[in-house]
Amino acid sequence: MPAGAESAGPPTDVDAVLEARDGKDQLRFIICGSVDDGKSTLLGRLLHESKNVFEDQFAAAEVESRTYGTQGSAVDLALLIDGLQAEREQGITIDIAHRYFETDRRRFIAVDAPGHEQYTRNMATGASNADVALILVDARKGLLTQTRRHSHVIALIGIRRVILAVNKMDLVNYDEGKFSSIVEEYRVTAGEMGIEEVTPVPVSALTGENVLAARGGTPWYDGPTLLELLESVEVRRDGMDGKFRLPVQWVNRPHPDFRGFSGTVASGYVERGMDVVASLSGRQSTVERILGPSGELERAVPGQAVTLVLADEIDVGRGDMIGDAEHPPEIADHFAVHLIWMDTQPMLPERHYSIRLASAAGMAQITDLTHRVDIDTGGYLAAKTLDLNEIGYCKISLDRAVPFDPYSESRQTGGFVLIDRVTNATVGAGVIDFALRRASNISWRQMNVDKAARSRAIGQEPCVLWLTGLSGAGKSTIADRLEQKLQALDRYTYLLDGDNVRHGLNKDLGFTDQDRVENIRRIAEVARLMVDAGLIVIVSFISPFRSEREMARALVEEGEFVEIHVDTPLEVCEARDPKGLYAKARKGDLANFTGVDSPYETPQDPELRIDTTQLSVDEAADMVIAYLESTRTGVE
Amino acid sequence: MSGFKLESQTARLCSGRLEEEREMTLSHLDRLESESIHIIREVAAEFRNPVMLYSIGKDSTAMLHLACKAFAPGKPPFPLLHVDTTWKFKDMIRFRDETAARLGLDLIVHVNEEGVARGIGPFSHGSRMHTDIMKTQALKQALDRHGFDAAFGGARRDEEKSRAKERVFSLRSAAHRWDPKNQRPEPWGLYNTQLVPGESVRVFPLSNWTELDVWHYIYRENIPVVPLYFSATRPVVKRDGLLIVVDDDRLPLEPGETPVGMPVRFRTLGCYPLTGAIESDAASVPDIILELMQTRGSERQGRAIDNDQVGSMEQKKQEGYF
Repeated sequence: MPAGAESAGPPTDVDAVLEARDGKDQLRFIICGSVDDGKSTLLGRLLHESKNVFEDQFAAAEVESRTYGTQGSAVDLALLIDGLQAEREQGITIDIAHRYFETDRRRFIAVDAPGHEQYTRNMATGASNADVALILVDARKGLLTQTRRHSHVIALIGIRRVILAVNKMDLVNYDEGKFSSIVEEYRVTAGEMGIEEVTPVPVSALTGENVLAARGGTPWYDGPTLLELLESVEVRRDGMDGKFRLPVQWVNRPHPDFRGFSGTVASGYVERGMDVVASLSGRQSTVERILGPSGELERAVPGQAVTLVLADEIDVGRGDMIGDAEHPPEIADHFAVHLIWMDTQPMLPERHYSIRLASAAGMAQITDLTHRVDIDTGGYLAAKTLDLNEIGYCKISLDRAVPFDPYSESRQTGGFVLIDRVTNATVGAGVIDFALRRASNISWRQMNVDKAARSRAIGQEPCVLWLTGLSGAGKSTIADRLEQKLQALDRYTYLLDGDNVRHGLNKDLGFTDQDRVENIRRIAEVARLMVDAGLIVIVSFISPFRSEREMARALVEEGEFVEIHVDTPLEVCEARDPKGLYAKARKGDLANFTGVDSPYETPQDPELRIDTTQLSVDEAADMVIAYLESTRTGVE
Repeated sequence: MSGFKLESQTARLCSGRLEEEREMTLSHLDRLESESIHIIREVAAEFRNPVMLYSIGKDSTAMLHLACKAFAPGKPPFPLLHVDTTWKFKDMIRFRDETAARLGLDLIVHVNEEGVARGIGPFSHGSRMHTDIMKTQALKQALDRHGFDAAFGGARRDEEKSRAKERVFSLRSAAHRWDPKNQRPEPWGLYNTQLVPGESVRVFPLSNWTELDVWHYIYRENIPVVPLYFSATRPVVKRDGLLIVVDDDRLPLEPGETPVGMPVRFRTLGCYPLTGAIESDAASVPDIILELMQTRGSERQGRAIDNDQVGSMEQKKQEGYF
């Protein structure tokens, strides 16, 4: 980098230079603000003036300024930063950019966050490991909704220090009163959100005022410049005073004589000889060896990638957490959390999402959305769903107990993401407030008679035959014939039919998307119980959403779920219209009707597909029976 | 104001708390090293069939060194892949084979045979088409042929503006396209590794390293690198402002053009006709580090392909370039 060389003259002793460099601490900061507040220009100015821009990069920005520049004949410094074609063309920032620079005193990672509301989700990535937030406000406009939204996100992520840069001071004639009133207003807002420290500085990214040096525009301000603030703000490293936690990433077994548990120390430290516990099993052992990146260690610290060898053979795998035996990590499966929603499809309570928390993975559903945050007022609103970029407080339930810490104690073991099970998009990011109940109290009771024993007793392998398809596709007719044929083969069966179940178990549910999700969740759970009882369960439900069918599949064991798509074209169903429902829906008398004004998500890879325009009811039932005979032995 | 106050407080407390903090804190390079190892292990644990792209340069050599550390005392549980455009320096190919043999790792070398059959080369078809067919298309062929669902690359965010925008885990569609407007968030280093069949990810363990960090690490760890990084007198011709080293007799000389012996070295390595050398006397890793600390140009300055047009790296990446 050019920076160090500039002031110190050409260095000659490489070891001394590198040692100084390696010992320099690092500040990771995120820059946020609304669109057009001048974030990219400010960062460009900071890099350029601190001599962290290479000549050819500056020359390229000069050339681009003629095409895209917004500063007349001057070089548009924002073009040093905005890396995507669309960003340069539109003059906005779409995704976060990471910039690396250093001065004689510190090294920096600057994360430039997008200002547009629709890209707010992109800033969570950059905020999650930032030490400080640099919040930009346009002196002419004052605090905007987006300023509050960003402040909410960074407060939720746990950033407690903010540098408030009031920018474009040149456009308000460096008016001290303007500066003070924005600072006062922000201090109040920030205080309500739990941001502890706000340090303000008046700047102009365009003229460079108070970026690296005072330029005479603000004689009333005698505080440090922006760079001086960044160089001196105190950095608290994550996890320094925490309890020892190692989320297990990988079990290292290169040969029978070595078994180590690899991962990165999330908090606290570990020493040879220390007593540790594997949180899922509760089994204790002692640390026999610590392998660091460069060999054996006496002690490992937060952020260090290690492999632990324990004195005893205990069962530990990916997703488990090794912790201090004196302060063992808790496990739980039900949490109160803050959640930021990041997907254009709204969050649906009761829907199953994949969750990732440290190295653990599983399924999760939001059982209760307590409130949504009103960004403008900071107040709480009642809500049924969360839309893109909304923040809420909810209860979340997992399909298994996982090791965790409250986020306030450890970022690395208390933050999680939710993933949509069909699109695979990362749809939400959350932080654990606290566990609602300790999983140890409600652990699954192991009964002496289990599924295997029951199926042996009745002599069949249980399974779920899940018939999905449009209304009028022929599901119920085929299901009925199929059950008759299975009975004739002396199989124990039960048929769960959509209409029939809605008369009883699910009579409280309507046909909105949320109710459809809950409808299928209950059916899936009932089917699971019946499989546990040893039955062959035939389910005949429209079940329009892929993610709910996948959830039902995940409830039973591998191979026990047979998805059967009763594939009848919409025109054919509509022509048959056995219950006259299509006619009603078309007239507008029936809302949310699948295929008409509510979507049906076609199965992508079902075990069986029945084309009812080609097969008779008997042939369809025989096809299912043939599939069962080919895939299972019949009796265990 | 508050900033300065903090500093003087820190100075007063220096003897006690700072000592303890230092003991609890990793150095800059140690932190980067551990972060990269974490990323590499995550891929091995989560993907069915990962591969490490090995381009023989300093970055992939450092990445390979990290991969070996991540799984010690075992070996990395994935093969290496080199996409050979047939225009690499001879020294690179020699170093590649030595390195794979020394570490005892599987090395897959892939050449776009179709491109070879059509006689594609940088002189006959221009740098852009050559790079597209022999590098980008070849890479896609290799990934598809072996069904790799995750591929490590040594790219760093400080190299180029569009790389500064990329995630550590970068999702690619079945057609290997990158969609920069729709990247997955990665808070707390929680990487979403779920894919639908056909999709894959490119993973960049060195995302947060700078060029100087890489050389510092090579120096500290004493990692062997290709000799082309060190200054030596090599036969050079000047073209379009680039110093091209004549590595074999395939380089067509213009009338009146004669290679001249010059002390040069390379900051980055690629296809020899497309990679410009720099005049330098730096003959060792410490020399390179000292030179780097005074340089005024970025390392990609010597790459002919980057400057075809504004945003050309982003476009190549969208098309599947690493």
